[in-house]
Amino acid sequence: MAKREAPEVNAGSMADIAFLLLIFFLVTTTIGVDQGINRLLPRYEENPPAPPINERNILRVLVNKDNQLLVNEQLMDIKDLRQAAVDFLENNGDGTCGYCQGKKNSNSSDNPDKAVISLMNDGQTTYQTYIAVQNELVAAYYLLRDRESKRRYGVSYREMEYVYNDPASKATEGLVDELEPKVKKIQDMFPMRLSEAEPKKNF
Amino acid sequence: MSKFKKKKSGAIPAISTASLPDIVFMLLFFFMTATTMKDSDLMIENKLPKADQTAKLHKKQYVMYIYAGKPSERYRSTLGQTDRVQLADKIANVGEIRNFVISERASRNSEDEKYLTASLKIDKDVKMGLVQDIKQELRKVDQLKVNYTTTQGNPID
Repeated sequence: MAKREAPEVNAGSMADIAFLLLIFFLVTTTIGVDQGINRLLPRYEENPPAPPINERNILRVLVNKDNQLLVNEQLMDIKDLRQAAVDFLENNGDGTCGYCQGKKNSNSSDNPDKAVISLMNDGQTTYQTYIAVQNELVAAYYLLRDRESKRRYGVSYREMEYVYNDPASKATEGLVDELEPKVKKIQDMFPMRLSEAEPKKNF
Repeated sequence: MSKFKKKKSGAIPAISTASLPDIVFMLLFFFMTATTMKDSDLMIENKLPKADQTAKLHKKQYVMYIYAGKPSERYRSTLGQTDRVQLADKIANVGEIRNFVISERASRNSEDEKYLTASLKIDKDVKMGLVQDIKQELRKVDQLKVNYTTTQGNPID
């Protein structure tokens, strides 16, 4: 018997098959957006009690239906909001905050622990403006927290917090336990007291 | 000298397409890894606002999505012009969020529950009145972890 050579498999249609799969995946999938501003909502209460807060310890941010900003009764551009919030938070009026670099203005907040930012929207404010304001206020807190965290531990607070909150970190022994006191410490230094009032409904 | 004449066959040789499958497979694998399956068809417009103080969301098993926006062009005749909420793949009332959160919780491990985050994918032109209503509903079922999902960018411009 003559020895026959095995015939070669024709791979010409391989490209077509691969294209078919590729197009299938292109159609059925999306590139996901998986980032955003994390916030913790307050617990729901029927009649929220109004805690006694000194007027100078509140930074009032109002956004009206035309998306204009009123900060402590003054019209403000959104570009200046971050700096205004930072100045307010670390003002250190009563001098009890050793790590603050504020101006110790007696008409502004006593210390970061007491300082509250109160945000109020109109029902007609657009979500875009709301996010921009949120972004600036959150940025002010993170700027201060990062600064303290860098000074004390050499890493930014943002990184620590992400690892601390990541469910995958549970797998590494002792990682969460090690980070917990650090994260809590920084959170205590600049507690995020960002309250949101109910918007006036007029729609 | 006939040795040298052999090459000259005149016609241009065909381009080899043997590596074409490899290239396409490479693209295929890129898309398979970089994208996620669409889980719901959006019936509303959903252009997210920009922000730069963002944190990445954790794995998908810890996230539930709530969409809001104006009904898109082809649904406008049936759904109207005003901002609506979409849960999974159907348009819902704000009041239905409660049951949605409860059923999302039930479909997950009890261990994962405390990491469960509500990702709010809200169109940038939605009015705050609706957003506030959504938040109120979430608070009522104690779903306090929220993420205002945004695209990366400077919000001021």
